[in-house]
Amino acid sequence: MRHEIRFSGFGGQGIILSAVILGRAAALYDHNYAVQTQVYGPEARGGASMSAVIISDEPILYPEVTDPDIYVIMSQQGFEKYGTRPAPEAVMLIDADLVHSRPPCTFYEIRSTTEAKTALGRVIVANIVMLGALVAVTGVVSTAAIEKAVLDSVPRGTEELNMKALRRGFELGDKEVDTR
Amino acid sequence: MSKIEFMQGNTACAEGALAAGCRFFGGYPITPSTEIAEHMARRLPKTDGVFVQMEDEIASIAAVIGASWTGARAMTATSGPGFSLMMENIGYAVMTETPCVIVNIQRGGPSTGQPTMGAQGDMLQCRFGSHGDYSTIALSPSSVQEMYDLTAKAFNLADRFRVPVFVMSDEVIGHTRERITIPDRVEIVTRRPLEKGTLPFRGGDDGVPGFPEFGMGHGVHVTGLTHDERGYPEATDPHVHAALVQRLVSKVESARHDIADYEVVNPDAETVFVTYGPPTRSVKQVMHDQPDEGVGHLHLRIVWPFPERLLRLFTNAKTFIVPEMNMGQVAREVERHTDLPVISVPKLGGELHTPGELRTLLEARP
Repeated sequence: MRHEIRFSGFGGQGIILSAVILGRAAALYDHNYAVQTQVYGPEARGGASMSAVIISDEPILYPEVTDPDIYVIMSQQGFEKYGTRPAPEAVMLIDADLVHSRPPCTFYEIRSTTEAKTALGRVIVANIVMLGALVAVTGVVSTAAIEKAVLDSVPRGTEELNMKALRRGFELGDKEVDTR
Repeated sequence: MSKIEFMQGNTACAEGALAAGCRFFGGYPITPSTEIAEHMARRLPKTDGVFVQMEDEIASIAAVIGASWTGARAMTATSGPGFSLMMENIGYAVMTETPCVIVNIQRGGPSTGQPTMGAQGDMLQCRFGSHGDYSTIALSPSSVQEMYDLTAKAFNLADRFRVPVFVMSDEVIGHTRERITIPDRVEIVTRRPLEKGTLPFRGGDDGVPGFPEFGMGHGVHVTGLTHDERGYPEATDPHVHAALVQRLVSKVESARHDIADYEVVNPDAETVFVTYGPPTRSVKQVMHDQPDEGVGHLHLRIVWPFPERLLRLFTNAKTFIVPEMNMGQVAREVERHTDLPVISVPKLGGELHTPGELRTLLEARP
């Protein structure tokens, strides 16, 4: 088992945190190996930010993502910079309200930002909604693992909001899969 | 009980230092090393330790040297331009035989260069950057686990040999998060105290003098000037200077094979990769994907002092290949110690050698 997941969006959306939470879920709670890397650049503040995770049941040698099989794209600029050349068998989750392009691979439209704003009242949890959808669609980590990793990683006092966001993401992901 | 964590390299560096008993950090934040200072600033005040943000890197290393003379295990962390600023006082630490740990999370240079990209361009600077002849110790982690383990080890080496010890990491490992095992406890070997009635700058059998503990009644003069075994300036006697500098060099160089920390794969191979730091990961990927007994690997966790004898473990070697994130700084050292062809594989720009690039190189072998 080996997955390479690339996250992209704009600085401030919590793209890097999403990748850290996913890596943590895989490494600490699913007892797999995980490596998380990110692009550190001045452009990460508001520009296209990118973070990547490798999950494997074997130790991870080369730490950089070269050939992602899963993409999570949350901005048009992020799509253009990091999402235009997916492998044909790759899977992409896109925030359908923020990304107007569509990739030449299987893709799932998750309206995570709109959902966070309207159903949950806090746009800041859009990344957690997306993370829930990612896990529902790909099963790349277990739902129990991602729940624990989210709880570890969010500020005290926001656990309930984040759990709601994650579970809403599970539902959106399941619905996308069911309607195929 | 050891503990599994998912941790960033820079955090693991700070945690390794704390586990080794580091209780003083003097530093000035600089990308891509800043997380080390941030983590120490959070953690040290909750111990019996001290965190000081100094006005610049010159003051940072000066504070670390002062803290070490009080007996504390002391460190700083920096990158590129900050490391350059530290050079003069690094020489002072060498001359005064002050144990301390200097972490350099290397980024692309020269000058401000590439603050957010990895590099190994300071490997010769850490060896030769301060003026005069000397020898120190430089460790090079290739994973978050090694960042923890080697930072802890750096303190032991600093105390044992009374030298500044460098953890020469880089942005790639500093900013990567990985699963690591935090051991129950790390091995701690502290400095040997100066015996009463012994001269403070007379080397023992290993060339290393005992350390005069603060508050124990030792009256010791500490100076960067050439000094005699009592510590008093003696800057014009050629014999005193030669004896001092030769001892400073040989206390490290004569122990180089004992200091060496390495991994050897396929010692019968004809083509041998020599790596330290992140390119180690690329080589391991190549060797995992296409197992070949004709391809060997020498992975150095400690680069300086250079353990040249290890090259001779590869008795059938015909070629050494040295991939580095610089223009061939350690390849030159390998060349110095072998008559065999040495292929330097430089890579600049901040990206790690891909396994594909190294495979192409192997396929092009005669």
